[in-house]
Amino acid sequence: MSRPIMEMRGLLVVRNNMPTLDVPRLEIEEGSIVSIVGPNGAGKSTLLLSLMGLVRPDSGEVLFRGEPVRPDSSAHRHRRKMAMVFQEPLLFSTSVYNNVASGLKLRGMRKDDVRPAVNRSMELLGISRLAKRRAGALSGGEAQRVNLARALAVEPELILMDEPFSSLDAPSREGLIEDIERIIRGRKITALFATHDRGEAIRLSDRVLVMNAGRIVQSGTPREVTMYPADEFVASFMGTETILTGTVTGSDGGGFTAAVNGMAVEGVGQAEPGAAVTFCLHPENIVLSLERPESSARNMFSGRVARVVPAGLFQKVFVDCGFTLVAYVTNRSIEEMGIREGLAVNASFKATSVHVIKTVRAM
Amino acid sequence: MDLILDGIVEAFRLLVTGDPEVADITLLSLKISGSATVISTLIGVSAGTAVALLRFPGKGFVISAINTGMGLPPVVVGLFVTIFIWRSGPLGMLGLLYTPAAMVLAQTVIAVPIITGITLSAIQRLPGKLRLQILALGATRRQMVWTLMKEARLPLLTAVMAGFGGVISEIGASMMVGGNIKGYTRVLTTATVMETGKGNFALAIALGIILLALAFTVNYILTTVQQRNRT
Repeated sequence: MSRPIMEMRGLLVVRNNMPTLDVPRLEIEEGSIVSIVGPNGAGKSTLLLSLMGLVRPDSGEVLFRGEPVRPDSSAHRHRRKMAMVFQEPLLFSTSVYNNVASGLKLRGMRKDDVRPAVNRSMELLGISRLAKRRAGALSGGEAQRVNLARALAVEPELILMDEPFSSLDAPSREGLIEDIERIIRGRKITALFATHDRGEAIRLSDRVLVMNAGRIVQSGTPREVTMYPADEFVASFMGTETILTGTVTGSDGGGFTAAVNGMAVEGVGQAEPGAAVTFCLHPENIVLSLERPESSARNMFSGRVARVVPAGLFQKVFVDCGFTLVAYVTNRSIEEMGIREGLAVNASFKATSVHVIKTVRAM
Repeated sequence: MDLILDGIVEAFRLLVTGDPEVADITLLSLKISGSATVISTLIGVSAGTAVALLRFPGKGFVISAINTGMGLPPVVVGLFVTIFIWRSGPLGMLGLLYTPAAMVLAQTVIAVPIITGITLSAIQRLPGKLRLQILALGATRRQMVWTLMKEARLPLLTAVMAGFGGVISEIGASMMVGGNIKGYTRVLTTATVMETGKGNFALAIALGIILLALAFTVNYILTTVQQRNRT
């Protein structure tokens, strides 16, 4: 395996006596797209700024291709191989052309070489027609495109993006995400981007880092962090609606039975009898039916619809069957089944849909 | 009523015919206040930028001191500069009292806090992350500071204009350290006071009109630039 393009070792950033970033080890593989997700204040921005050498860590180090990046007067040598995009476009009050050219000019590139590079970058982002416009006269979406063109004009080996899409309206965002993905995949640029939108993370990245309170709580493929969350925080942040805790009443070769509010739930995995087990269920794995279905699902519960919440193309249906299960049901099925609050329904899910987050052995 | 009318008519005659005394006084004013403004700009813009960007203990105190300095009464400045350059004062051996150099010195003391204060607030008013963005674009520290100054160019221009406006129209310090010596340290403000005292209203009005015209020109340039650069 080739050496990672960026590494963090024992990095600790403390502000106001609180660790805002605590990353014992992190390696970023060249050519990968990594998303950093987490709530506000999780340390996403600090992580990105640290990689750029824009934050002075209290201990530990950041390496770019094995060389330490220090926030001192030599840091620009490393920064010139990277680019960073913030949530706000932060454009200079001059023309779009001069903005896109600014990184190249700071590098002392000759004027004759700047022009073609700037034109290429503006073309990539579809802003050539704006070249002479003043930065202050752009819409939010246009400004962010100029910001990205400015970052990409320097042909960075690594691009860091701090919530680059979150201040845009939905249509501008869609178009920009598509373009960015095409450009960074096409040019094999290593990219890290922070977002609080898990949909963006899942869609764009090869790897997701889930952060909370300054720590990376899980790192894995989008599938891993959604299907097999490491803890309750990851589970709920990545969209798992149902997180249940019960006591293991029995186990055999590959499965266990747990009592949750007196109801027996069967799951796959190792758990000792008497242990407390916390597990999650993905809403798309829960099937609702009006009659008792003939199904191979090991878990079947009858209950009542407690709440129906619209969520775009789906509706979230909360079913109270001794504990609360959340299922996604299409709008069409809602109509066909006549689902409404108070309706009696059957909820079923397979034992393999039960993902154990943690077990705590009985004392 | 005749007094005023006659004065204005005579004032215009002096202006239109290019009276040598009026021209000399105007030129000297521009030289002294211009020099003071150039020196103050070099000091004030650097100092304002440094205070805005650096973190150091007592920063709040320094900023308060600068802001207080923006309103320094010229008479007080004149008093202290006079004491310093008085023959038996600390800088007495330089023999500066009642020279144009002394006036430049006093006006610089007046203009530096004005330019420093406006620069300071202009740099501080830029988005906090802009500094990080410039560094992230690969700038060295020197390039970062220069780029920030370019971003703040309009308020910096305001700072320079305010500095010039402050010293060209000031009288207390110029009178005290310059002495209003004809052909040597007599400037628009000191001459206006003297001519008014002597009852030479025509000359006083002519000088007053020039002072007003200068103030207007400064503001006109400023407004034009600001409107052109508006985004």
